[in-house]
Amino acid sequence: MKKATFQFVLRRLLQVVPVVLAIAAFNFLLLRLAPGDAADILAGQMGHATVEFTEQLRREFGLDRPLYQQFLIYMGKLLTLDLGMSHLQQTPVIDLIVDRLPATLILMVSAILLAVIVGICIGIAAARRQGRLADNLISVAALLVYATPAFWLGLMLIVLFSIKLDILPSGGMMQIGAGHEGLAHVLDVTWHLILPATTLGLFYVAIYTRLMRASMLEVYGLDFIVTARAKGLSEGVIAWTHAMRNALLPVVTLAGVQIGHLLGGSVLVETVFGWPGLGRLVFDALLQRDLNLLLGILFISSVVVVIANLVVDLVYGLLDPRIVHR
Amino acid sequence: MSAPVLDVRSLSVEFESTLGTVHAVRDLSFSIGEGETLALVGESGSGKSTAAMALLRLIPNPPGRISSGAVLLSGRDLMALSEADLRGVRGREMAMIFQDPMMALNPVYTIERQIGEVLRLHLGLSKSEILAEVVELLRLVGVPAPEERARQYPHNLSGGMRQRVMIAMALACRPRLLIADEPTTALDVTVQAQVLDLIHGLKEKLGMAVLLITHDLGIVAETANRVVVMYAGRKVEEGTVGEIFADPRHPYTRGLLGAAKWEEADGDLLREIPGTVPSPFEMPSGCSFAPRCAEAIPLCRGAMPELKDVAPGRQVRCFLAEGRGHG
Repeated sequence: MKKATFQFVLRRLLQVVPVVLAIAAFNFLLLRLAPGDAADILAGQMGHATVEFTEQLRREFGLDRPLYQQFLIYMGKLLTLDLGMSHLQQTPVIDLIVDRLPATLILMVSAILLAVIVGICIGIAAARRQGRLADNLISVAALLVYATPAFWLGLMLIVLFSIKLDILPSGGMMQIGAGHEGLAHVLDVTWHLILPATTLGLFYVAIYTRLMRASMLEVYGLDFIVTARAKGLSEGVIAWTHAMRNALLPVVTLAGVQIGHLLGGSVLVETVFGWPGLGRLVFDALLQRDLNLLLGILFISSVVVVIANLVVDLVYGLLDPRIVHR
Repeated sequence: MSAPVLDVRSLSVEFESTLGTVHAVRDLSFSIGEGETLALVGESGSGKSTAAMALLRLIPNPPGRISSGAVLLSGRDLMALSEADLRGVRGREMAMIFQDPMMALNPVYTIERQIGEVLRLHLGLSKSEILAEVVELLRLVGVPAPEERARQYPHNLSGGMRQRVMIAMALACRPRLLIADEPTTALDVTVQAQVLDLIHGLKEKLGMAVLLITHDLGIVAETANRVVVMYAGRKVEEGTVGEIFADPRHPYTRGLLGAAKWEEADGDLLREIPGTVPSPFEMPSGCSFAPRCAEAIPLCRGAMPELKDVAPGRQVRCFLAEGRGHG
């Protein structure tokens, strides 16, 4: 890595700290606006809770203190990277998250890679056939996919590929009890990943297809494409090298912005496919007012999004030599 | 003169538009011999750049179309070649440089990659050979510190340097014909002369033919051997540089020369040709220059004059030129 790039990364990582802390503070205050707390829910679940017992729980969780004190304690702990204990599961929040985060990251990264790669390829194919039948068919298909809700698509894919055709697993992350190791484990997970990643990514395939097509057509109008033709290069080489490299920038920008969006979408898809990621954890934490857990997940999510954006900025520099990281 | 390097016969180019068909180039014929520089001269919209693009069949289709004509490069008709065979001609036997070197180079690739691409494609050079040849080419076109420049990107170079890079790229395979489409228009005046000298010097050195497209008659006088003047898609006059400058037969050519020479004229009046090039959708019924021509007679508005040979290698499209004699 060049020295300038290294310094850029370092500086950006330092900028991340105040951003993430601000997000955490905002989340903390926002979640307190919701009625009820973990003590209410827990006491309710026990069935015979007295007011005294509920108050005792509240004291244990520190929920009896004034809001500003709770806030300062929370932020203070956060600075030492202590996310606290889950109120309900009586386990450190960080352990719960570390347990689930990899599955979500695998799903997210697969979906975004699928979306970007397939979107770019179809977009280029469409741009090269502008106005012809294939281009129009691609446009219609993209609009259809764009308008399809992910949960419905997921269910339909399960019906088709798991139930009718019986060629892909309907849920989970690996075959239970198979105890695969090494490559066999990787293949097993990949096998289980196909449907959820497709469900999560297909919407974005549609977006990137449209964007890449438009971007390619714009680049096709530039002078250096004529130069490339005058050099004797074939249309295929021009499309996949000269034009594509220039047309990628808007797609990469959008992909960076949408990573946060994708994290939200994965909650839904994880629920449909029983994927053991953060999604289910968020859902439970929300229902049970497990504020510490919820805040912890939101905190880690914001870190993931901010780091993803940093990666996008670095990719930018790789794609376009005119962009210099300072 | 030996067999021409390039022989263009009755080339016509049309563009389809919602308002109708535009005849951008009509029945254009000219030829260029080995080591010769032919200047294609005319205002914007005269069809000169379209004609140049058509030679390499680079007219975007749709909406453009080469409706008729033959383009013989050393006797081989480019219009009859398959797309794949044509790609073997582009960049190898016939190369082109463009008006705006800022836009004509791909911003995301190094100079080495962009020049090297031609060498790999047409000459099949290996990676190490390519680097050596790129450095050699950059040195040939006068780029200082060529080893360093080869690794840089277009945005690291000035406009003049980029045009030199374009020339190096065009000359990489030692083409028989170089098409230079307004090669200096986008450059600083001080750099213009350098680039023209470079093209001229390399033409002598490599013995290639040059088709120079320009609206600048100063450039024509300095670099060209022969001149073809175009107006509204048609050739209106052809002759050697000496003939055109000493004895312009077409009123339009005289107008161009007048506009170019205003600085030398008495006083500071800017001489210009009145009016503008007619819209391609509203071409006058007779001679297309008649509405702007101070010498037009009723006949000019009724019929389009034929291109007449008035002397060997000398053609004029004007009713008045026929009766004018050599004066």
